[in-house]
Amino acid sequence: MLNPNAHLVSNWNDRTKIEMLPTRDGFGKGLVAAGEKDPRVVVLCADLAESTRAMWFKEKFPDRYIEIGVAEQNLATVASGLAAYGKIPFITSYAAFSPGRNNEQIRTTIALNNVPVKIGGAHAGISVGPDGATHQALEDAGLMRMLPRMTVLIPCDAVEAEKATVAAASLPGPVYIRFGREKSAVLTTKETPFQVGKAEVYREGNDATIIAAGMLLYNALLAAEELGKEGLDIRVVNSHTLKPIDSETIVAAARETGAIVTVEEHQIYGGLGSAVAEVIVAHQPVPMEFIGVRDRFGESGEPAELIEAFGLGVSHIKEAVKKVIERK
Amino acid sequence: MSHPLHDEKLKELELKALEVRRLLIEMLVEAKSGHTAGPLGMADIFTAFYFHILDHDPKNPEWPERDRLILSNGHIVPIRYAVMALAGYFPVEEAKKTLRKFGSRLQGHPERERLPGMETTSGPLGSGLSQAAGIAYGAKMDKRRFRVYCLMSDGEQDAGNVWEGAMFAAKYKLNNLTAIIDRNNIQINGMTEEVMPLEPLEDKYKAFGWHVLHVDGHNVRHFVDAIEHAQAVYEKPTVIIAHTIPGKGIEEIEFDYLWHGKPPKPEEGKKFLDELRTLGGKIRSEHE
Repeated sequence: MLNPNAHLVSNWNDRTKIEMLPTRDGFGKGLVAAGEKDPRVVVLCADLAESTRAMWFKEKFPDRYIEIGVAEQNLATVASGLAAYGKIPFITSYAAFSPGRNNEQIRTTIALNNVPVKIGGAHAGISVGPDGATHQALEDAGLMRMLPRMTVLIPCDAVEAEKATVAAASLPGPVYIRFGREKSAVLTTKETPFQVGKAEVYREGNDATIIAAGMLLYNALLAAEELGKEGLDIRVVNSHTLKPIDSETIVAAARETGAIVTVEEHQIYGGLGSAVAEVIVAHQPVPMEFIGVRDRFGESGEPAELIEAFGLGVSHIKEAVKKVIERK
Repeated sequence: MSHPLHDEKLKELELKALEVRRLLIEMLVEAKSGHTAGPLGMADIFTAFYFHILDHDPKNPEWPERDRLILSNGHIVPIRYAVMALAGYFPVEEAKKTLRKFGSRLQGHPERERLPGMETTSGPLGSGLSQAAGIAYGAKMDKRRFRVYCLMSDGEQDAGNVWEGAMFAAKYKLNNLTAIIDRNNIQINGMTEEVMPLEPLEDKYKAFGWHVLHVDGHNVRHFVDAIEHAQAVYEKPTVIIAHTIPGKGIEEIEFDYLWHGKPPKPEEGKKFLDELRTLGGKIRSEHE
């Protein structure tokens, strides 16, 4: 059953009625909220103001909005300078370009330099859809997770994205936040707890645990609900913070449910599945299955079609859960 | 920079540059690895910065109103360490003994986090101009008066990030930013014009919206004049192309690109130190 303390929307299980918004909308609102809270917040944009929602900040704070043009290396390095001076810069682009193209600049001038630049990577995952593989970042979270000092956040919906953006502004170091393009279910509310580094149990259960991040968390919940009807009692954890990973909640899930399935819209190498496996192998080894993109690039298609074609749908998650329970 | 450069001060700076070169050679010999030619070639400019141009306080390196000196080509940092030590940022002994050693604040390539006064972490080439531009932009937003200087190599002009930064600085008319290019014509694989031609470098910067000056990078008076000239340019950023001799001060190293990435061996170091000692006023006399 759902954890009442998670305060999820009441109609979450009705796919026709639930509100649908892209997580980037939460980013746009979060930027404005962070800007209102702290005058040091500035937003840098690489010619994608509309689609990253940086435009919303520009409308509110034109003097604190900096246009960089199509130059992601410059985006990262100018932000590094602004942060060294004393600003809190958010850099906004598509994840394929930032942190894709400017990975070295992020490594040297932001992470090693240890300045509080906040990297917003929009259009992550295959749900980007028709644009195809070049624009579907599937390795960004892994790249950022490997950098010392980097916090990595993967919000599950627009409401959580806003909270994550505001939280990122107040963290002292560099942060990467991952967003999607496609509209996705808004299942959390203002009351849903959100704390960087703290995974949240959204559904109680003891037969197995699904640990998910990003918009696929919704599929995980739907899968758990359907499995419930088949007599399986599945826990669902929102691991919105990929780094620092919440070992305590993961180890408890492994100990109490004895099996884990991770779900992410990212390569299975290096992302959430890897992070969770690192924790359970060291502390509480249990069988584990991975839902994610399996060492291939994305391609053009409709988002829903791609989610199914790449094995990230509700039915795939259900299969993985059954399989992992058999291995217990 | 509030004091005029009197003849006496100039002489003082030139002697200081000699002291800086000696310390540098001692550091490199002790470190047993690192770059020699580039740092030697920038000894005069670094000395001019720390002992005349910069508004700074070695005892209070985080002073918010300080001028910012951004070193983009981090591999020549030994010369900055040498000058900073002599300026009082940290003990000269620390410079002599710890460069590139385990646990040292004087990393092979500079790290902001480790050494107060080291404005940015650098090494991978091509990123410093944008970082300097970011600082200059922030300063303008807040109407701060300090100036931002960015030192680059000529070889790193190959990198696209440099030109992205150049466009940005020109677009936002960052006249509080002055870039200096160490035009010594060498990079690791050979002469810059053979590896990847940069000329006409002046025309390129002009086309990118910059004011361009040329100086002899070993003539401290001319360099200081150029820095003052740059401050008088209001509508655009200025780049000073400083023509330098790699390895300047030690005849055997001068112009030889093979000295880009290696330190002197102890016996060479001893010879070079002798040479620097006997040079005395010679470096100065070349420009009189």
